[in-house]
Amino acid sequence: MSVVLVFILVVIGFSLWWLLRQRIADRPWLEVGPDPLGGPGDTGVATPRVALGVFLAVVGALFALFASAYFMRMEFVDWRPMPIPRIVWLNTGLLVLASVLLHCAVIAARRGDRPTARLGLAAGAVATLGFLAGQLAAWRELEASGFLLSGNPSNSFFYLLTGLHGLHVLGGLAALAGVAPLAGAAFAESDAARLRQRLELCASYWHFLLLVWLGLLVLFTGWAAELVDICRQILS
Amino acid sequence: MVDVPQQSAPAVPPPAETADVHPPDAATWWGRWVFSQDAKYIALQYAGTAVGIGLVALVLSWLMRLQLGFPGTFDFITPEAYYQFVTMHGMIMVVYLLTALFLGGFGNYLIPLMVGARDMVFPFVNMLSYWVYLLAVLVLAASFFAPGGPTGAGWTLYPPQAILGGTPGGQQAGILLMLVSLILFIIGFTMGGLNYVVTVLQARTRGMTLMRMPLTVWGIFTATVMALLAFPALFVASVMMLFDRLLGTSFFMPALVEMGEQLSYGGGSPILFQHLFWFFGHPEVYIVALPAFGIVSDLISVHARKNIFGYRMMVWAIVVIGALSFVVWAHHMYVSGMNPYFGFFFATTTLIIAVPTAIKVYNWLLTLWRGDIHLTLPMLFALAFIVTFVNGGLTGLFLGNVVVDVPLSDTMFVVAHFHMVMGVAPVLVIYGAIYHWYPKITGRLMNEAMGQFHFWVTFVGAYAIFFPMHYVGLVGVPRRYFELGEVAFVTTPVDGLNAFITVAALVVGFAQMVFLFNFLWSLRHGRPAGGNPWRAASLEWQTPETPPGHGNWGHDLPVVYRWAYDYSVPGAPQDFIAQNDPWPGRPAERRA
Repeated sequence: MSVVLVFILVVIGFSLWWLLRQRIADRPWLEVGPDPLGGPGDTGVATPRVALGVFLAVVGALFALFASAYFMRMEFVDWRPMPIPRIVWLNTGLLVLASVLLHCAVIAARRGDRPTARLGLAAGAVATLGFLAGQLAAWRELEASGFLLSGNPSNSFFYLLTGLHGLHVLGGLAALAGVAPLAGAAFAESDAARLRQRLELCASYWHFLLLVWLGLLVLFTGWAAELVDICRQILS
Repeated sequence: MVDVPQQSAPAVPPPAETADVHPPDAATWWGRWVFSQDAKYIALQYAGTAVGIGLVALVLSWLMRLQLGFPGTFDFITPEAYYQFVTMHGMIMVVYLLTALFLGGFGNYLIPLMVGARDMVFPFVNMLSYWVYLLAVLVLAASFFAPGGPTGAGWTLYPPQAILGGTPGGQQAGILLMLVSLILFIIGFTMGGLNYVVTVLQARTRGMTLMRMPLTVWGIFTATVMALLAFPALFVASVMMLFDRLLGTSFFMPALVEMGEQLSYGGGSPILFQHLFWFFGHPEVYIVALPAFGIVSDLISVHARKNIFGYRMMVWAIVVIGALSFVVWAHHMYVSGMNPYFGFFFATTTLIIAVPTAIKVYNWLLTLWRGDIHLTLPMLFALAFIVTFVNGGLTGLFLGNVVVDVPLSDTMFVVAHFHMVMGVAPVLVIYGAIYHWYPKITGRLMNEAMGQFHFWVTFVGAYAIFFPMHYVGLVGVPRRYFELGEVAFVTTPVDGLNAFITVAALVVGFAQMVFLFNFLWSLRHGRPAGGNPWRAASLEWQTPETPPGHGNWGHDLPVVYRWAYDYSVPGAPQDFIAQNDPWPGRPAERRA
């Protein structure tokens, strides 16, 4: 459970750091008067952004828990590591590309350059679809070479975690589809701020899912296990 | 009966209005009452559904007690049925009643009103949250009608037995429906939880600093943050068990021989499930307890006409309890064969949690000390909560220690402990809160005589049930036994006590029917309450309309000038000063 504990400690640490900046040492029983603090937007961050942050913390906890389960299950004798199909590396490249493209779209939107933003958005979506198709191809390849879901726990984890990650990516694509009309031809100037804001949210989500994916790759390739072994040797 | 006039002060800063919170106006009857996006209606929907399924759990507890009190008398209670009753009673009470009622019910109703917002920040997602919750409840209820009935795996759903043929529902639909329902519940809760957290962070009205929020909001807020981080563990455990059951994976399932036949599972770890389950399960105790702590603080302060003692400490204690509750989970697993050093670690963290909890209890007592205590119904329930929580907490200290826990593990002592601390205690708070806020929700007070009857029967009755149960556990009666019969390890006869407990449980159950009747009867016949019958200072009592209208605050949002606990302030025109009252009050006087 160490992975999720570390994750929770980071979240708790961040929360405490934030709380300490919210004047929690105030003595409210002595202080009367309208207070400038409090009220909408007093965190200085837009509400949808805060909501996305909280949501990503939940998703992070979910994957951290799966990683913990992965490590604990790995300790048992029946664990046989599974080879990673080559196409997974191509998929990783596509996801990185999608993240970069969406980031470019955000930069363009900030500049008010709508055609570039639209291009970045579309290309990012295509790269993401490519990633999902590639993941499906990886599943088929593994199935063809006999690595079935119930064959070994390492296979089970691979299918389960890639599937869950894919579902999160799909959810992101649905949100991106909601942004697309804003970047479309019937574009009013008043929508510029909304386009920028929602593109930023999408890009953050993509970066986060990329990070999760890289974390999962570290698990699947066994690098994480090697790292843990090295740490253990240093400690003992 | 005091209606608070809307006061205006010189040099009032403009009320904060936010574009983020614009409750959509429902045009149709369906949009207003059924697919409502107004947090107040969603709260009532949540509460109604939770109480509805909770009544099922109440009936299940009677059936269980009938079997334990009078074994062999009721033919329809088979061992399988008994396990199904136990399982469904536990799961419904913990997840579908307590969690949903505190966070979905009270959270939805009180957060926007108490922080001075018009609504939750994402009303549509909030509505979706309720409908997914309702779906989860329906899926759960469907398992009663599925072939083979609901699962009988115990509320902890431990593998491997949970998905094997020997357990009721293990190889039928029961366990599947349970897991799917939990997954749905978690998805629905996450939608609601996002709303509660972000509303507290972003939609507070002008002047409502974090340290001016009522403790109710602090409790619900912290509990929601914890739930958002803890429920994923249950999600992970449920998904993996679903894979084991449906797709033949071996996450949790070791190699097994069932009825002389080797199953296809192998190598899995049941302990892994226990870790995941209790990583959710222990914070869950505090997810239920923290809102109760917060609500009790407010009830005591209002009905003792005194400010809450040690407000800052109360807030810090809530936050510390929330953080610590993530590092105590394995004290539920002392007998699982884990490393003794782990046991030592978890016993230590468990005992440390008693420190902030004790701070809260002392602060409640010091708030009562020399207060102008009104023994109203909410106050009675709040006092009963303190006593019950201390009693349940004390036995928790026993069970938190490994050497004491090992012999007591899986006895009725544990059952009595957790029913006192997270069954009876939070339910007492729920009743207190309902009697307290009913006038705000309906405009009428609940009937006092019926309420007194309900309180005394429930309070005394709960002790009649659970005090003897501690003793039954101490003499060695194990939990989860359908029937004790003649066993060598229990030498003291407990049949009489068991029958007594059963009768007490039935009587307490009857008192709850009186409460339900009172609730419905008072809707029409209760005494009109006015806007602020308890003369309370917090913001939800200062709404221009009672019950609060759509958007809560009429034209302008309120501006907050003080904390929520200005009671009996020397020199003040009334014995309370509302949070949005600009009366200056000199700090030197206010210290008294």
